[in-house]
Amino acid sequence: MAVGRAVDRETLLALYRTMVRIRTFEETAHKEFLKGEMPGFLHLYSGEEAIAVGVMSVLEPDDYLSTHHRGHGHLIAKGGDTKRMFAELLGKADGFCKGKGGSMHIADISLGVLGANGIVGACVHIATGAAFACQYQKNGKIAVAFLGDASTNRGTFHEALNLASIWELPVVYVVENNHYGVANPQSEHMRIKDIADRAAGYGFPGVVVDGNDVIAVREAAAEAVDRARGGGGPTLMECKTWRHWGHFIGDAATYRDPVEHEAWLKRDPLILCAEALRSREWATEEDLEKIQAEADVEMVAALEFAKKSPYPSKDELLTDVYVD
Amino acid sequence: MGTRIMSYAEAVADALKIEMRRDPRVYIAGEDVGRFGGSFGVTGYGVFAEFGPERVRDTPISETAIVGHAVGAAAAGLRPAIEILFMDFLLIAMDELCNQAAKVHYLFGGQLKCPLVLRTAVGAGMGTAAHHSQSLEAMLCHTAGLITIAPATPYDVKGLLSSAIRDDNPVVFLEHKMLYAQKGEVPEGEYLIPIGRADIKREGSDVTLVCWSGMVRQCLAAAEDLEKEGISAEVLDLRTLIPLDKEAILESVAKTHRLAIVHEACLTGGFGGEIASIVADKGFDLLDAPIKRVAGPDTPVPFSPVLEAEFIVKADKIAAAVRELLG
Repeated sequence: MAVGRAVDRETLLALYRTMVRIRTFEETAHKEFLKGEMPGFLHLYSGEEAIAVGVMSVLEPDDYLSTHHRGHGHLIAKGGDTKRMFAELLGKADGFCKGKGGSMHIADISLGVLGANGIVGACVHIATGAAFACQYQKNGKIAVAFLGDASTNRGTFHEALNLASIWELPVVYVVENNHYGVANPQSEHMRIKDIADRAAGYGFPGVVVDGNDVIAVREAAAEAVDRARGGGGPTLMECKTWRHWGHFIGDAATYRDPVEHEAWLKRDPLILCAEALRSREWATEEDLEKIQAEADVEMVAALEFAKKSPYPSKDELLTDVYVD
Repeated sequence: MGTRIMSYAEAVADALKIEMRRDPRVYIAGEDVGRFGGSFGVTGYGVFAEFGPERVRDTPISETAIVGHAVGAAAAGLRPAIEILFMDFLLIAMDELCNQAAKVHYLFGGQLKCPLVLRTAVGAGMGTAAHHSQSLEAMLCHTAGLITIAPATPYDVKGLLSSAIRDDNPVVFLEHKMLYAQKGEVPEGEYLIPIGRADIKREGSDVTLVCWSGMVRQCLAAAEDLEKEGISAEVLDLRTLIPLDKEAILESVAKTHRLAIVHEACLTGGFGGEIASIVADKGFDLLDAPIKRVAGPDTPVPFSPVLEAEFIVKADKIAAAVRELLG
């Protein structure tokens, strides 16, 4: 959903609408999961919507992404069809991956989304390689990796950022710092406060961004994306945020301070964006309610579609292992 | 097409040059593959000179980045021909190879292809000890989604590398480091050897020796010795491990009724066990004797020349196993 760079009324409403759609998708999936009707693991993006939406709003439709296990929001923000997403979450034949990937591997390659990934820190290499392909082919495209705070402790992070630096690749690394690696707080898994500081080790810019403020994310992303597309090399963007739920559904997140949790909930990206719309008098309560109502209708229909979709035929077990 | 005597290393370089001329999407990346010419000298045979640093790319010592970036590059339209200097170092990048490259086609329901070739040097014999000498092909064969090729001659290595680069699947291409200097007659132009087809390197009627990579030479030497004793051994070079040419193995056993599988890798969990199992299942009635495996011992590869020589399976050991089968 590339829109104009200036944050005018239409743009901000579009950003808000996509954030509401992501939240509603996640809440719908959450309910379905608790009913026991969704297999596997479910990692919800609720609370982090401003990051995917802000970044994607300054990408071109054929730019590449590589993401992680919490990857529904990125796909929706890149234009993913929620019907086929729910079908994938239910392991159905109409899913983007014919039900072979599920939540943790959701992908629409035709949108440049090179997949969510079940291995923490794997997306960093994939985005770096896609960025290399863009540079090699001189096609003007760029690649973005969305990664978590804890994945920056993996060796892949170091090797990929170093390679991107020496090859001056058109790539943006967006760290979604929700402050916990599963249950392990940031203060216990690294000595630094700002992950953006790590960029200094690679000789390219690192910026800290309020990850719950979609306008701030969009502005920082615009600068990073322009740098990448203009041949200026990589950027590390650290977006500070908070997940509303545990690491996965089933994790009660008892390791978090309830006071801190409440404070972050007040800074919910949807609340902040709604306030920005109201204060500029760009949206009435009615407008906002209408956006929510439309998202509700969309997700009910999408889930219904997914439920009606058939399971893959058993023969699918053996297909797609090799390209014929 | 004219032929020329060239080394195994030159034959690898020849295939790389032909494929890079043919397809601009093919590029090389690895440690010291550029100006330095590769630690085994492969890209030094005119590859870097012809294609330069844009297409023959030096990387830092970052194995996960070499393999991992190639997955993304392949997903975005390129055809990487990457090099991991020693197969032992591939263990560093097993996530990128086995969890990513091997699985992306399946995981995403066929939406994505990963056409990459990973060339790497395998095997003992140079006195390089346990971190630079292993034959780890069994691990690759256990990972669905990978193709594993292990050629033994200059002719095979060139034709199979061209096929590997044109294939749309991730291919691990094992080059035995003790074969790089071996010379043979090789066509000068382009030719393709189909992936998944074994080759009878010597015909015989009393016993089948199934082998690949560095063990083909040893099997041929053993067959020569056995011939003097009136034993006719067939040497079947698999060339490709996955996909496995099961028909060729069973056809040969149908002719000879005896089977020895020879590999340099350690015995336990080695790929020989898989072949033995297939023949026991599908060819039990063809056999006149139990299946023998002649393989490396279950040890790390040692350094001392005396110990390393003891580790590597040689013709005498193979011949002794065959005599047992016929005894």
